[in-house]
Amino acid sequence: MSALAALIRRDIRIALRVGGGALIGVLFFLTVTVLMPFAVGPDLALLSRLGPAILWLGALLASLLTLDRLFTADHDDGSLDLVVMSRTPLELACAAKALAHWLAAGLPLIIATPALGLLLNLDGTATLAVALTLLAGTPALTFTGMIGAALAVTLHRGGLLLAVLVLPLSIPVLIFGVAASQAAISGPLSFGTPFSILCALSLVSFVLGPFAAAASLRHGLD
Amino acid sequence: MRLSGRNLRCVRGGREVFSALDFSVSSGEALTVLGPNGSGKTSLLRLIAGLLVPADGAIALNGGEAELSVSEQAHYLGHRDALKPALSVLENLSFWRDFLGGEMQDARQCLAAVALDHATDLPAAYLSAGQRRRLSIARLLAVRRPVWLLDEPTSALDAAGQELFVGLMRQHLGRGGIIIAATHLPLGIEAGELRMRGPA
Repeated sequence: MSALAALIRRDIRIALRVGGGALIGVLFFLTVTVLMPFAVGPDLALLSRLGPAILWLGALLASLLTLDRLFTADHDDGSLDLVVMSRTPLELACAAKALAHWLAAGLPLIIATPALGLLLNLDGTATLAVALTLLAGTPALTFTGMIGAALAVTLHRGGLLLAVLVLPLSIPVLIFGVAASQAAISGPLSFGTPFSILCALSLVSFVLGPFAAAASLRHGLD
Repeated sequence: MRLSGRNLRCVRGGREVFSALDFSVSSGEALTVLGPNGSGKTSLLRLIAGLLVPADGAIALNGGEAELSVSEQAHYLGHRDALKPALSVLENLSFWRDFLGGEMQDARQCLAAVALDHATDLPAAYLSAGQRRRLSIARLLAVRRPVWLLDEPTSALDAAGQELFVGLMRQHLGRGGIIIAATHLPLGIEAGELRMRGPA
């Protein structure tokens, strides 16, 4: 257990230091959201209708941005070899790395959401609903994205390929995330239905992600 | 304790690197793997470390902890240093100590043993190649493992560093450890030799 705690602590520490990915993600999220009103125009009603979708897309792209370095950084400096050799099961190490990545790169996005909601003319309830769905859904993005990140190690320079591999996997999360937010804002569906499915998607990804990533890493060593 | 490989065959990228390779090292012994570039020295070490899968043959550690695999009882010191430039010297070493687990030593003492104790708070990004190597060597001391797999361990080390490392290897062998080192330079300790054939 202390081995996993050490791994999580190290990854968060690196992400928060200069050159780490944590703040880059938030800045990117901010940029995407700020650009949207310029593209869509100053129609406030339209903006608030599109708001949840824009926030979700922004969060999706921002969480992808730093994901490709999840394993390649460790592979490039040789750390991955030692992680594979260690007495900690590789599946657990993968899960720990994904958790650290979510804490460092995913959580700040959710914290930034209320501020960005203002830019999109979302009221308090709507912003809260979006933040809540992001809280339930972004872990699924990280844990499924981890599979792509592990494949990127095998396919050298797979950074761009990662987006192609991972984005289709994130479609269900996007659909139910936005559906739950819309349900909370305007109805007519109840909030609980799509939100439960969103939570279920996250739970499934907790189980599948680490195993698929570990299998891919083991297979891809050279 | 006895580490042995029998009838090993390694294939990488569809090309056979070596085949029908046998070796055996006992407690307190060192083995140097010699051979021209591309003869499979690194491949052999990675095979023993469990980072490559042999196409044929088997590796066994008799007399070790039965529940652990060979790779879980080995240290691998490769070409890449496994250091994070954003973390300080002490943070890098403490992480590997906590993560690798097992019988742990004090991190500061290990840094003193490789003469890096003056730079504990320096980010690893500012270390020279020789200092990086010293920090990797400190990892071998921070957590005790019976088998050391060393790939060109003395490259980038200065004369004092090499002398220091010879002392550390002697200590390890004296405790009943096993060393397998791929090297072009003399290791400085008494060691058996395993000659790899050049690429066919």
